[in-house]
Amino acid sequence: MATEYDLRMGDGKRVFHSKNQIMDDLEAGSADAADLGEISALSSNELEKIAEIIMTKSRMVGVEPGKEVPVTHDIGTLRIDGDQGNSGVGIPSSRMIGCMMHERAFGADTMELGHIDYSFKPVKPVIAQECQAMEVCQQNMIIPLLYGAMPNMGLYYTPDGPFENPGDLMKAFKIAEAQESIEKSADHLTRDMIWIIQHMMKSSSDGVNFDTTGAAGDGDMFATLHAVEALRKEFPEMYIEVGMAGECVLGMHGGLEYDGKTLAGLWPHQQAPLVTKAGANVFGPVVNTNTSMSFSWNLARAVTFIKAAVEASDVPCHVDMGMGVGGIPMLETPPIDAVSRASKAMVEVAGVDGI
Amino acid sequence: MGMPISHIMTSGMSGIRAAGDLVARMQFAKNMRIDEAKKYVADKLGVTPLDLSDEFAMREIREDLGIGVITSVTGAPKGIAAKMNIEKALDIKINSCEKFRNQV
Repeated sequence: MATEYDLRMGDGKRVFHSKNQIMDDLEAGSADAADLGEISALSSNELEKIAEIIMTKSRMVGVEPGKEVPVTHDIGTLRIDGDQGNSGVGIPSSRMIGCMMHERAFGADTMELGHIDYSFKPVKPVIAQECQAMEVCQQNMIIPLLYGAMPNMGLYYTPDGPFENPGDLMKAFKIAEAQESIEKSADHLTRDMIWIIQHMMKSSSDGVNFDTTGAAGDGDMFATLHAVEALRKEFPEMYIEVGMAGECVLGMHGGLEYDGKTLAGLWPHQQAPLVTKAGANVFGPVVNTNTSMSFSWNLARAVTFIKAAVEASDVPCHVDMGMGVGGIPMLETPPIDAVSRASKAMVEVAGVDGI
Repeated sequence: MGMPISHIMTSGMSGIRAAGDLVARMQFAKNMRIDEAKKYVADKLGVTPLDLSDEFAMREIREDLGIGVITSVTGAPKGIAAKMNIEKALDIKINSCEKFRNQV
């Protein structure tokens, strides 16, 4: 009987696969990404390297000395004091304490401050509070401290926002009206994000992390790219990170373009040049995890997409590797064995500049 | 919490335990890719890129330069003071330091 190695399914469940099964899944996962993105599949040497990482007989693995990369943090301190909705662990603490714990207790390379909702829109009524929190944190922090939030354009649609919900309009076959609502929401979102970050920059922030860009589709990304462009023009030295929500930009509008490129349907290696063009310093590409497929399949697929994005990007790529992205199983407590292996594969095979 | 800490342990540069914050700053400040950022920081500090993730090598350098260390050393530069020393060490400007200077 062939030796079997313990690994995970995309939902985190432990399974045992032989090397042949692992290699078959690695090849299929890479081929899936290559087919969808019209990019190169991983070479046999690269697949072997990932297989070696997966089959290592230890709970955790690590990158070779000298290959370490900065680990940037999204969601800010919500993972400390937040509730389960943000995967927070519910420890009562101020945001400044959360930031300092990341810097001095956890060894974080960068950190960010964020509102408890973690969307831009709810920041507006409490902007003075956010400015005060940023100033106090900056006085005490040493590592780069960004302001982080999600564009989350869904909040601009009824019943939460002023613009008619494009989903409702589309159901009524009012396609042009739905597109118009998306365009108006995007303009409003761009204005809000610029206004909020202008205040943050006056309050000593190192910059901004646009987290889960494109969550509401191409309009969400359109709004973010325009906000990045305006902020870069106003603050040439600020730090701007754009992290994506998913691997492919959903075409909720379908016709929105940036720099002459249609945003709908873009894969990570096609998103990277536009994010760079807009003026970001760091790009956070995403590849989603399929819970029904194995860790091998998901990891090879993610590494294939991210390797292409790293090659296409002119700015550092800090791959998104949270729960359910970047080859990591889709659950709130991803097993450390899988996180560690995915992390090493992204650095040593995809060649990412950070995580 | 386990997931980000797992990444830090597997692949991270350990922040101010070593020189992860400095390399990250150069990526953000100058769009430097990982090897370029490490070389820039290593050259400025007079060490090798390998030393940048080495807590033993970086501890003394961070103390000497006053750019912040992981433990609370009485009287050592922290917060804004440490960042002002980072500006000098890396030849960059940091927004919070600029704002601080404008207020005094």
